[in-house]
Amino acid sequence: MIRAAFTTLLSHWRRHPLQLAGLFLGLALATALWSGVQAINAEARQSYDRAAAVLSQDRLDSLAAGNGQDFDQKVFLDLRHAGWLVSPVLEGRWSHRGVPVRILGVDPFTLPSGSLPDAVTGQDRATDFLSAEGLAFAAPQTVDELTRIGAEGLPPLVAAEGMAPGILFVDIGVAQRLLRAEGQITRLLVAPDQPLRQRPLSEVAPALVRQTPVEQADMGALTGSFHLNLTAFGFLSFAVGLFIVHSAIGLAFEQRRPIFRTLRALGLPLRTLVGLLAAEIMGFALVAGIAGIALGYVIAAGLLPNVAATLRGLYGATVSGGLSLRPEWALAGLGMALAGAGAAAAQSLWRLARMPVLAPAQPRAWTRASARSLGWQTGLAGLLALIALAAALWGEGLVAGFVLLGALLLSAALVLPGALAMALALGERLSKGVIAQWFWADTRQQLPGLSLALMALLLALSANIGVGTMVSSFRLAFTAWLDQRLPSELYVTARTEDEARRLADWLAPRSDALLPIWKIDGTILGRPGEVYGVADHRTYPDHWPMLLGDQTVWQTLARGEGAIVNEQLWRRAGLHLGDPVPLPGGATRPLVGVYADYGNTRGQVIVGVADLVALYPDIDRLRYAIRTDPAKVPALRDAIEDAFRLPQDHMISQQEVKTISLMVFERTFAVTAALNVLTMGVAGFAMFMSLLTLSTMRLPQLAPVWALGLTRGRLARLELLRALLLAALTMVLAVPVGLLLAWVLLAVINVEAFGWRLPMHLFPKDWLWLGALALVAAALAAAWPAWRLSRLAPVHLLKVFADER
Amino acid sequence: MNVKALFLALLLPLPALAQGFAGLGTSEDGFALPSRDTRLQFPVDHGAHPGFRIEWWYVTANLKGADGQDYGIQWTLFRNALEPGDPGQGWQTRTAWMAHAALTSARGHRTAERLARGGIGQAGVTLAPFRAQIDDWQMASTAAPGADPLSALSLTATGTDFAYDLALVATGPLVLQGEQGYSVKSKDGQASHYYSQPFYKAKGTLVFPDHSVAVEGQAWLDREWSSQPLAGDQTGWDWLSLHLDGGARLMVFRLRSAQGDYSTGTWIAPDGTPTPLPPGGVEMIPGATTRVAGREIPTAWRVRLPARDLDIAIAALQPQAWNDTRVPYWEGPVTATGSHPGAGYLEMTGY
Repeated sequence: MIRAAFTTLLSHWRRHPLQLAGLFLGLALATALWSGVQAINAEARQSYDRAAAVLSQDRLDSLAAGNGQDFDQKVFLDLRHAGWLVSPVLEGRWSHRGVPVRILGVDPFTLPSGSLPDAVTGQDRATDFLSAEGLAFAAPQTVDELTRIGAEGLPPLVAAEGMAPGILFVDIGVAQRLLRAEGQITRLLVAPDQPLRQRPLSEVAPALVRQTPVEQADMGALTGSFHLNLTAFGFLSFAVGLFIVHSAIGLAFEQRRPIFRTLRALGLPLRTLVGLLAAEIMGFALVAGIAGIALGYVIAAGLLPNVAATLRGLYGATVSGGLSLRPEWALAGLGMALAGAGAAAAQSLWRLARMPVLAPAQPRAWTRASARSLGWQTGLAGLLALIALAAALWGEGLVAGFVLLGALLLSAALVLPGALAMALALGERLSKGVIAQWFWADTRQQLPGLSLALMALLLALSANIGVGTMVSSFRLAFTAWLDQRLPSELYVTARTEDEARRLADWLAPRSDALLPIWKIDGTILGRPGEVYGVADHRTYPDHWPMLLGDQTVWQTLARGEGAIVNEQLWRRAGLHLGDPVPLPGGATRPLVGVYADYGNTRGQVIVGVADLVALYPDIDRLRYAIRTDPAKVPALRDAIEDAFRLPQDHMISQQEVKTISLMVFERTFAVTAALNVLTMGVAGFAMFMSLLTLSTMRLPQLAPVWALGLTRGRLARLELLRALLLAALTMVLAVPVGLLLAWVLLAVINVEAFGWRLPMHLFPKDWLWLGALALVAAALAAAWPAWRLSRLAPVHLLKVFADER
Repeated sequence: MNVKALFLALLLPLPALAQGFAGLGTSEDGFALPSRDTRLQFPVDHGAHPGFRIEWWYVTANLKGADGQDYGIQWTLFRNALEPGDPGQGWQTRTAWMAHAALTSARGHRTAERLARGGIGQAGVTLAPFRAQIDDWQMASTAAPGADPLSALSLTATGTDFAYDLALVATGPLVLQGEQGYSVKSKDGQASHYYSQPFYKAKGTLVFPDHSVAVEGQAWLDREWSSQPLAGDQTGWDWLSLHLDGGARLMVFRLRSAQGDYSTGTWIAPDGTPTPLPPGGVEMIPGATTRVAGREIPTAWRVRLPARDLDIAIAALQPQAWNDTRVPYWEGPVTATGSHPGAGYLEMTGY
């Protein structure tokens, strides 16, 4: 009996392959977008963990200079002689032709056992590793990349599986040579088991600070906001996908009512029927979920290179460009597919469970819109709007920002049917003529069946407007800021201090001005940051984009009596003008100004260059910005190259910096744009499914109109027109919702995630494009059902009158 | 002879050992070779011999604590040249240093190990003043000016669960092992340069996590350097040094190989006059074994020297005296009973 019943239930799908496709595609798409985003997040997290685990930094304490600077290796020897089991590490960035790598120099003799990556210890190359030429271990893709650009000067490269990408593992002697840091080390790893006797740390190395693994730079925390952003987008896509699933399941239940009745009449217990249907849905969810995960893998693999580039450009975090299938996101995706299908089917199953045994078997064309359900939806929308408001007023942090975003979008979606109903009622009142009035009334009558698809459309449209406005506003602010921030025509980096001095002397008569760009990295207010020094030159007051502070700021800096900080540090620390700004190493300077610093996620402090050198005498004095006539830049470059044999990659022009910055920017939002397009596609598909569903159920409503003389062609054109009208109305509502969304993104999410607030600009031309796109999507979605209607055999329409009704 | 050292091989956490024990049977191309004609010169030969591949400064002591307990300590510094030629300076130095320290009693055995590369000042041996050092461990001369630098030493080492500070004062002369300090290690002629100072009186303090113990006793220093002390087929050795009750000293060793063992040694009279034993002139017979670190190791021996009517039984103070270092081996204090009672140190490798 159960088998027979199951076969009967399944036969429905054989007869309605399109519904099956809809259900399957909806679930698969929803799962794909969700698990794709999760896959990207998981891959990134794995990369961060691997990077953090390099040299067991995730479990070993370390000793570093309080000011974050490299220090003399003599401290290492002093500590060893005082009984401390410490191992030196020299770390630094090295780049060639724009490919940066992190050089990690270690001393295998003193490294606590088990600290080296397995891949490195597994190689029987100890002697080569320690030889003068050395040996560099790196992840296979890093080896490929470096081999491709032909990185001269590096030791022979050895690919080691399982290493974090972007890291080059070398002997400390080789690292000192590569980083031109003879006798210098960055930090000391502290072995977990220390000898019975040792002299106190404060006596041997008073300048060093002991850091527990937790205090060391945490990429996960830094990039958390970026991943939360992606997750939110993934969730939005999933929700939109579920609309499709919901309509497909709803339709399948409606159409199978006669089957349910017959089965029940034949003695199938209600519980068994519900169980069979639930099993059916879960079976579909399982198959579609697996397909979705495969699709998600494809999406993620396609997006990952962009994401990796973004993370590298924005946060300096290296993420592997290759994707691996990980059980955590695959299972999570499957779970989401099952839960989503369950949620979509719950209403239908609930209704079935409460249906009288011999309920009328004819399909009801969806639940009629009742004043009550509209009222209920509007009430919920109001409640969500209040939540959004509360989150905006009192919420703090990124999570509150996303609550605001979610509540706002859902509230708008729930308001949509009511708003549309009102608009349609108004249209009906204003229209003249029987057909026009029927058209409006009939549209309103169809609203409940279409409302879910229209909500999906609304979500997609407003997300598009919101994100588009945010990205475009950001781009405007960013390019304007870049023009201000990069006034110097050429930037040059010497290889040694001595060369830098000679270069400065040589350049002085050949340029309008020479501005040092010297900085140190260190911990500022508990997070990694940097301190720069500026020269007293009119370039800065003329160009620097200040948010707070007056024109006297620069003189104050030149006198060494103050500091300015970037917006992100200012917001995070809640600083006020006049507050002391603690600098690495213990000094403080009063805050005299705040400047915009888009695209940088680290805290930054600027003091006068003389002040900086006084505070940090060991600072690298290698970089200079050169002010000169832009037309002279190429000639000057060549002259520097001839005079100093300085490689081209030690000089970069203003134009190149801008190009690189904009490229990073574009890549950052390439992922957003891609997800936007996918969401829009899903919404269009949801609309198509709904219209298709309605078209098969609306015969009872259309047959009388047809019988009264309206041709099938005219009816079809009206159907098409109706879809366009609804899409247009939805678009009208989507614009304010989208703008609100953009505001939330710019003023709340951006501030929380990146630490900067951007001015909002409006781009009405983009809305027109988007509106046109929405209309095309609606037209496409309605085209086939309309065409089918125009070709419908009259007998089907006649049958409506013949059937029991 | 403590061929001990060598473990150096390629220390590092990088696995390398394959051929023979600790790579000691491998080729010596490019390194200096010990020669029969070499006459050792002091104090110069107390220092390092960079032309040779391996070298060690090796002290063992049998001590009696104020608490009535017997103790033993080991202090060893190994030098290992990673390749022939000038070792160079700085991080690129081609010299690796390794040190082992151990403290043994009937209640337990504690070990510690240190590694360093030469050239940066973390480890090394200086001649004037004499000092062999790695990290905070050191063996430094406290001898009066003009006296042999090794005639008085301070010795210190620290592990995670022990430390010791000892003062050593020699009561006899340096002793050349083998033929004038040329010590043959196999029938094929592998050899090393080898001398000892077996006449130290030792005094000092042992430090435990919760208490300290004052100790007194005797100590023995070995100096040895070579480039290939073992033949390729030799898999390990058993080495024994004894302070005999009558004031004489005895050093014997047995190198094991599939082709038969090679055993020899030196009888040292109370005045320090050495008499090299001919190959096969000593019988070392393993007795009862103890299960140590998953292997069976003979911790009781019978040693016979027919020419001197010597027949003694050797017993370990602590049968579990296993040095669980990068190259693990057994090393601990022993007592001798029988015709010539005494105390000393036993080392067993390659088990």
